[in-house]
Amino acid sequence: MKINLIVNHNHYDYYPRPDEYLIESLRKLGFQSVKKGCDTTSCGVCSVIVDGQLVPSCSYLTSRCDQKEVLTVEGIPEEARHIAEFITAEGVDQCGFCSPGHVMAIHALKLELKNPTMEEIKHYLAGNMCRCSGYEGQHRAIKKMMEVE
Amino acid sequence: MGVNEKIRKVDGIGLVMGKPAYSDDLAPRDALIVKVLRSPHAHAEILSIDTSKAEASEGIACVFTYANVSDVNFSRAGQGFPEPSPYDHRILNKICRYIGEPVAVVAGVFEHQVDEAINKIKVEYKVLDAILDFEIAKDHDIKIHSGDGTKSMFEIGHYPEKNIAASYEMEIGSVKETLKQCDVVYEGRYYTQAQAHAMTEPHTSVSYYDQQDRLNIITSTQTPFHVRRIVGKTLNLPLSKVRVIKPRIGGGYGGKQAIHGEFFVAMVTMKTGKAAKCIFSRKEVFEGSYTRHQMRLDIKVGAMKDGTIQVIDMDILSNTGAYGEHALTVLMVAGSKTLPLYNKVKAVGFRGDVVYTNLTPAGAYRGYGAIQGNFALESAIDELADLLEIDSVKLREMNMMKEGETSEIFEIMGEGQEGTAMTIESCKLQECLDLCLEKLNYYDIYPRKQVAPNKIRSVGYALAMQGSGIPYIDMGSAIIKLNDDGFFNLMVGATDIGTGSDTILAQIAAEALEVPVEKIIVYSSDTDLTPFDTGAYASSTTYVSGHSVRIAAEKMKENIIEAGRKHFNSHHVNYVEGVLTCEDQSITLKDFSTKLFYSENQEQLVASGSYVGTKSPPPYMVGGVEIEVDTRTGEVDILNYVAVVDCGTTINPNLAKIQVEGAIVQGIGMTMYEEVNISEQGHNFNNSFMRYKVPTRMEIKHLDVSFVESYEPSGPFGAKSVGEIGIDTPPAALSNALKNAIGKRINVLPIRAEDVWKSIKA
Repeated sequence: MKINLIVNHNHYDYYPRPDEYLIESLRKLGFQSVKKGCDTTSCGVCSVIVDGQLVPSCSYLTSRCDQKEVLTVEGIPEEARHIAEFITAEGVDQCGFCSPGHVMAIHALKLELKNPTMEEIKHYLAGNMCRCSGYEGQHRAIKKMMEVE
Repeated sequence: MGVNEKIRKVDGIGLVMGKPAYSDDLAPRDALIVKVLRSPHAHAEILSIDTSKAEASEGIACVFTYANVSDVNFSRAGQGFPEPSPYDHRILNKICRYIGEPVAVVAGVFEHQVDEAINKIKVEYKVLDAILDFEIAKDHDIKIHSGDGTKSMFEIGHYPEKNIAASYEMEIGSVKETLKQCDVVYEGRYYTQAQAHAMTEPHTSVSYYDQQDRLNIITSTQTPFHVRRIVGKTLNLPLSKVRVIKPRIGGGYGGKQAIHGEFFVAMVTMKTGKAAKCIFSRKEVFEGSYTRHQMRLDIKVGAMKDGTIQVIDMDILSNTGAYGEHALTVLMVAGSKTLPLYNKVKAVGFRGDVVYTNLTPAGAYRGYGAIQGNFALESAIDELADLLEIDSVKLREMNMMKEGETSEIFEIMGEGQEGTAMTIESCKLQECLDLCLEKLNYYDIYPRKQVAPNKIRSVGYALAMQGSGIPYIDMGSAIIKLNDDGFFNLMVGATDIGTGSDTILAQIAAEALEVPVEKIIVYSSDTDLTPFDTGAYASSTTYVSGHSVRIAAEKMKENIIEAGRKHFNSHHVNYVEGVLTCEDQSITLKDFSTKLFYSENQEQLVASGSYVGTKSPPPYMVGGVEIEVDTRTGEVDILNYVAVVDCGTTINPNLAKIQVEGAIVQGIGMTMYEEVNISEQGHNFNNSFMRYKVPTRMEIKHLDVSFVESYEPSGPFGAKSVGEIGIDTPPAALSNALKNAIGKRINVLPIRAEDVWKSIKA
């Protein structure tokens, strides 16, 4: 089947296999920010935004994406840099493998929640696993970012 | 200029913004997909294996089984040479010794084609009885390694006929006699479980031939130089034909010290001439890579009534699974990096066997035995204090290591061999203890406070030590070159696996060269382009590799001054903060380096430095925790974890802090949630992130990490290591807090809510 896949506002004629997940398609198209951490939607490393919704691309079928707007970190360079400034200022980026997914989750959070509390932020990001940092530094970074904004 | 500065990681912004930087990101687009058929049996002999249909399958390039690969025995451990781990492994084995052991390797154009081909491989297994319980493995009738050429490179107590991968014993003084003389003796048995590394990036390897027909391997490794040596030797390739590149790595924690997919991609490229890549699925990471060594620890601690500890004895049974990678060294570290904490004893005993079982092999894992040993020792000290009716804080203060002191253990126990005598020149345990207890409001809460009808709050703590590299074994090296415009390239073998070592090494170079960190461009871990380093393990990078960078930078400074003498035609040349001066004349490094390239006394300035530690100064830490126990359910809330660390100078206080925070949470995971569960057939049934409980941000209420003022004279700019120490305290601190809360000792990890509940009800 052929779909119109819209990634970061660019249109692609794409022919997914019926069992092809979005992560595979995005990486094939060169969006290398999208990382694979698990195959069970458990770690949040592969998070992207589809039509405004945060989804794990490892379990989202590409064939469902016809005419849908997919957003990866490459599509929000200014916002990603802004978030990255706060994350790296805390030194909490560490191995960085979970970071693009984390950035997408923070971006989705900002779109969805206005003036969230720290508890709401933690709940929102609960699906984004990080094995390096212990999370606390991420929360310090987000808190500082929210204060500035 | 650079040291003790909270600068950003040099690669941080790029990685957070998703720049292609990890192994799979750098794989050629046409790389063949390499996948592995794995054993469904915990112990089985392959009677026959028919790959003909798979080989004839569409898109398939090649298939490997034990029958058509090198049958050389080696160790995958990824240690220095010769390894202290047994050579008990082959690339593919005829005997499968755990569920998940590779049976066949298949390469093809598309992943679904490879999956289909794997399904067409017919294997006839003779299923053998398996040993899944490590406590019955020793001397069992079932022999896990028999007649397979297993051997050790030197004496490591390797007795495959007894299912023993490695064994060790030592005694200082007479344990038996000293125990007899003690007023009080505590004896306890502790169990620690297999823990998964659960790094977010699965093991990934890529290979291809370059334009010079050399095999290039890009791989998620902690030890690129060991990969070159082990892959080259095992595949009978001159090392000059192999280049190993470590790109950015998505976490390791010891799990990427060993060799995983590197052989598979290398064989495919050598056979087909084509690029190949192998990415482990998460299930494969759980079943087919490594875990932490499961251990049973028997500890005896004896003291006089006045609280002077006279004797400590530790007896360990360790489970290495199907292969003996890191068997001996992890065992030894369980003693060598815990027992010296209490150095005023008359006698110390330490012995252990590391047994083979039919389980996923154990390997290196942050803490490396010390976390297991610490759980037993620091729990035992609290128990001893109770028996003596002495405040545990006073008991520790009386007996713990202090600056200027030593322990005979340092000289006797190294890693896989004899150790190195050393005097402790920096040890701020007292300061760590004082600050930790103060921050924890320890004496306000100790032993417990009833805060609601079914809720008890309590506190507990533990001391810990680790090391800083392996003396006379771990070597780091660095090359620095000066460029026009006055900036430097720093090439290091040291392996940044997400720890920020590239950054802190740049900071050390900047400090020594008196220039801003931005003037240091780091390139690390490429066996063609960077000098040698043993790799990212044993808490060695800051201390060992850091020194090599300092040495190279200091030589570079000398070189600059020497070139400056030619420029000014005078001997009286000074270099301060990037400016050369001679009497009233001066020239900036920026201008001077440009002249050196293009117009005057033309020369490329290069300096190198190597360093091998002659000691391994331990970082110290006190970790304390406040918990709230729900006595109806056994649920434990970790309200606050306070860590006070002595790691000498923090080269980058931000990165040091996150190293400790991350390690604490990994240690909390081991203590409370994580466990590799095995079915009766030897199946790992929590082989996904769905089932395996890595702590999420919801479990972490508050972490409070701080560093005490400390300076290690033997360290680069006063630094010791910080990568592992943070993981050591949670098991004992939490077990001690629970003892204070419910009055009972839980001595088996993980301590799940049901274990707490059962303990309360018992």
